[in-house]
Amino acid sequence: MNHRKSGFYAILKKELYRFFTDKRTVVTTIILPGLMIFIIYSFIGSAMQGFFSVSGDYAPTISAVNLPDSIEAIGQAAGLQTYAASEESIEQVKQQITNGEADLLVVFPKDFDRTIAARESASVGYAPPNVQIYYNSTSSESNTAYGVFSGMLNAYLSSLDTPSFVINQGSAAYDLVSEENATGFMLSSILPLLILIFLFTGGVGVGLESIAGEKERGTIATLLVTTLKRQELALGKVVSLSCIALLAALSSFVGVLLSIPSLLGASGSEIAGTAATLYGVSEYLPLLAVILSTCLLFASLISILSAFAKSVREASTLVLPLMILIMLVAVVGMFQGAQSGPLFFLIPAYNSVQSMVAIFSYSIVPLNLVITIISNLVLTGFCIFVLTRMFNSERIIFSH
Amino acid sequence: MNDGNEILRVEGLSKTFKLSKKQQRIERTSQTTRVAVNDLSFCAYPGEIFGLLGPNGAGKTTTLRILATLIKPDCGDAFIEGTSVIRDPEYTRSRIGFLTSDLRMEDFFTPDYLFDFFSTLRKIDPAVAAGRKELLFCRFGINEFAQVKIKNLSSGMKQKASLVLSIVHDPDIIIFDEPTNGLDVITAKLVTDYLEELRAAGKSIVLSTHIFSLVERLCDRVGIIFEGQMVACDTLENICEGSSLEDRFFELYRQAGGEVA
Ligand SMILES: Nc1ncnc2c1ncn2[C@@H]1O[C@H](COP(=O)(O)OP(=O)(O)OP(=O)(O)O)[C@@H](O)[C@H]1O
Ligand SMILES: [Mg+2]
Repeated sequence: MNHRKSGFYAILKKELYRFFTDKRTVVTTIILPGLMIFIIYSFIGSAMQGFFSVSGDYAPTISAVNLPDSIEAIGQAAGLQTYAASEESIEQVKQQITNGEADLLVVFPKDFDRTIAARESASVGYAPPNVQIYYNSTSSESNTAYGVFSGMLNAYLSSLDTPSFVINQGSAAYDLVSEENATGFMLSSILPLLILIFLFTGGVGVGLESIAGEKERGTIATLLVTTLKRQELALGKVVSLSCIALLAALSSFVGVLLSIPSLLGASGSEIAGTAATLYGVSEYLPLLAVILSTCLLFASLISILSAFAKSVREASTLVLPLMILIMLVAVVGMFQGAQSGPLFFLIPAYNSVQSMVAIFSYSIVPLNLVITIISNLVLTGFCIFVLTRMFNSERIIFSH
Repeated sequence: MNDGNEILRVEGLSKTFKLSKKQQRIERTSQTTRVAVNDLSFCAYPGEIFGLLGPNGAGKTTTLRILATLIKPDCGDAFIEGTSVIRDPEYTRSRIGFLTSDLRMEDFFTPDYLFDFFSTLRKIDPAVAAGRKELLFCRFGINEFAQVKIKNLSSGMKQKASLVLSIVHDPDIIIFDEPTNGLDVITAKLVTDYLEELRAAGKSIVLSTHIFSLVERLCDRVGIIFEGQMVACDTLENICEGSSLEDRFFELYRQAGGEVA
């Protein structure tokens, strides 16, 4: 074991061991929040079901350009209503699909039926016509319509003697998903605030207990008469609290994800899938950095309050104003719009929300992001310094 | 005095506390400060048991807490093996074991876990720590309870566990506030026997108490304090001058202006 840091690891290990072997704390900080959020949001969701969900007899809006007679006949037999659209209106319909006003656009090459019929006699050099189906993967209506229509075409294709046309060939963007669609919008608008709230509330209970509780019960003095460095104690407390807060936040987050089906009428995996396609490493890495630095800052702020208070009860009274302040700053950051000057990113909570909004809406300004992370880490360092000083003061031990 | 070879030298320690409103009410006083320790000086020598004897509120616990680096004096200093307690608290912490019922253990853990935990904090080689655990748990009858959470231990067992945990690092200097407070006669004997054993092994011990018999039984030298001030400090024989410690104590007490109601 690394002897210079062994005090820190011993504290970290003890705190995490204490947390995870106590069923009560695990249930109340990790399992309950996620479960509560799931239940509440699902309840709200099902109450609003009428607004969002796809009803059973929903008729998708399908537009078709150059719809051949053959396909029209099959479609009618299947009960699919299609609207004829002109080549000029293609862009307009695509926009409607992106916005969720239309579900599907199918573009056939001119003389589709004739080309296919000619396939029988044609020999080398036959270029199979490409049927283009445009859809929006983040809309469940559009997805369903896409499934039905492409299924129908495939059935027709296999009924032909030789495969003579193709669907969605080439690298054109058939999925008309946009960041402005409902999911993307929800992700970029509510999520930063939710993440921030979860990170804070996740650590509060354990954080207040971990220092104020130890003070109250007189166990912290037992640590302070050993050779343990005050700084290692401060670091150990803050880092262990951060780990727990992260887990708690993750649980709340999973609760939100699971309740999305009833909230938005889209399935959770669909949303997750969307998020996975919407965002890549260049979004997730900065996001992770912002979350981690914010989490450390919150944990150290909570720890300072906890060390300042004489009892857990006093600590929980003190933490309320802090929580309200952070929420206020975060909400301001939320509605500020994405373009603040770099100096604003020195403000904790505000900077985290703004950075996350920027990440989710692909408008990362590297300078702001770096300022956010550094500002959070520097503040955390300062808090740990203060906490170390507090552990050195006799007030912390016998303040009654 | 045999200068230079003392293991602990206390020089002019003073400590004044601010009294909170609540404390003023409880103690029915209008004073806003309380002088707990007032220009206190004494020395302790290697291999001896030094006793601080004094009534309630005399400042014994405050003095020992200063020695254990938990609180800082307003003025004065103490030197452990010549090193200042104030300037190098880490050295002090590495050299002493501080025992007091004020230092609680976390309810949630077992003596076994805590022993390992404190051994790690003190950076003790795991093999050495395991040997010491075996030895001390056996000596104090903790073995059976090694895996029982602190909260489920009897108060006597808790004190024994607490004692063991304060000396995981086999300190040469032991500072012990009220060694037998709250212990039944059997456990108290176990503890006093152990202190004698430690002295025989060459350790130095500073303890505080208000119990005459304990001083008579254990201490080589004794300092008597009233209201934060040392009124006598010498070997037990020199202080007693042929009479009993109790008689001597009350004689000094009256001289210092104290009244026994
Ligand atoms: N943290 C504190 N704040 C205010 N007053 C204090 C504090 N600690 C001790 N005192 C006061 O200082 C005086 C000396 O206290 P101390 O605990 O040192 O006495 P003691 O000799 O250990 O007494 P006892 O035999 O009762 O344990 C007491 O009057 C006590 O009320
Ligand atoms: Mg005392």
